[in-house]
Amino acid sequence: MANEEIRDGLAEILEEVAGVLPADVSEEKTFTDDLDVDSLSMVEIALAAEERFGVKIPDDELANLKTVGDAVTFIEKARASA
Amino acid sequence: MNIQPAAAGARLLGLGEHQPANVVTNADLAARMETSDEWIRSRVGIASRRIAGPDESIADMAVAAGGKALAASGLAPTDVDLVIVATCTMPTPIPSAAAQVASRLGIPAPGAYDLNAACAGFVYGMATAASAVTSGAARNVLLIGAEKLSDWVDQDDRSTAIIFADGAGAAVLGPATEPEDVGVGPVVWGSAGEGADLIMIPARDKHLGQEGQAVFRWATTAMAPVAKEACRRAGIEPTDLVAFIPHQANLRIIEAIARKLGAPGVIIADDIVEAGNTSSASVPLALARMAARGQVRSGDPVLLLGFGAGLTYAGQVVLCP
Repeated sequence: MANEEIRDGLAEILEEVAGVLPADVSEEKTFTDDLDVDSLSMVEIALAAEERFGVKIPDDELANLKTVGDAVTFIEKARASA
Repeated sequence: MNIQPAAAGARLLGLGEHQPANVVTNADLAARMETSDEWIRSRVGIASRRIAGPDESIADMAVAAGGKALAASGLAPTDVDLVIVATCTMPTPIPSAAAQVASRLGIPAPGAYDLNAACAGFVYGMATAASAVTSGAARNVLLIGAEKLSDWVDQDDRSTAIIFADGAGAAVLGPATEPEDVGVGPVVWGSAGEGADLIMIPARDKHLGQEGQAVFRWATTAMAPVAKEACRRAGIEPTDLVAFIPHQANLRIIEAIARKLGAPGVIIADDIVEAGNTSSASVPLALARMAARGQVRSGDPVLLLGFGAGLTYAGQVVLCP
């Protein structure tokens, strides 16, 4: 359940920041190649996710978040340890 | 000990700008490196930029812009007693640009120095120039932002060659005798030296590089509060501004800061589209070009915001001359 909530939240952020259709968002999709999100939009997504989920996503961690699933897992762990 | 009588404050008397003749379009760049018009526009918002030739120096551009600002101010060169050139791209550390620029403009023996606060340099210069006028250290100041980024950018590096450009902008400041004539507001400035390695030229024989994501994060989160504080300290609501002129770093940064400033209806400078990122020259270039187009008029309050390598930042409300 927690996963779904984070994924749906990310989908909303992706739509708002980068115009990605929520239907296109699934955990195996890569931000860069599949969803066409550029590096600056990734920062905007990270900032929005930090605010929404109450976590910190530093730039060096951001580079490791290749897929939506990577981001969901990172946010879930960060929230659990917060 | 005697001190000279001070003015109530400073005000702007004239503006000027200069851009090199050579226009480099996105198509020109796409012809020589792996990039495209769409890629550049979507990431940095630039359509074309001006690049100086080998024969056009920072001092040349500063003289051109400074001469126009002097003419617009109605002052004679002999009326100016301080010349400040904000620049971070001189080919060598000495001599400064300021002294030779003053000499070439016929300004006799003024105080003259260069100021390096990178892309915040012109707004830092505005604060120091206004303080000099207010204290009586100078009566009239010629302040110029002039840069030749092309000397320090790898023209084959698509992450920087698409962004950085050359140009100069200038303003003349003089004393305001009465408090209601003061046209340069209080500066809100600072630095974040822990981010020194985010934008740097690491050695004399190296090129300019930056950590794009980290700079973007910093600029889009830390600069709107500086902009708001500059308005608050000047006693002006953001919605009462006629224009907001942030450093022309990247159109997406400009738009993000403007959204957070919350000033609908205020003209947001987008000079970067045709001028590129010219570091300390970008704010006065944008301001002078807006004034020349009639977008801002005499007495209009505009917010200047510089931010960049150092990291450094400065915000200030000024009234157009």
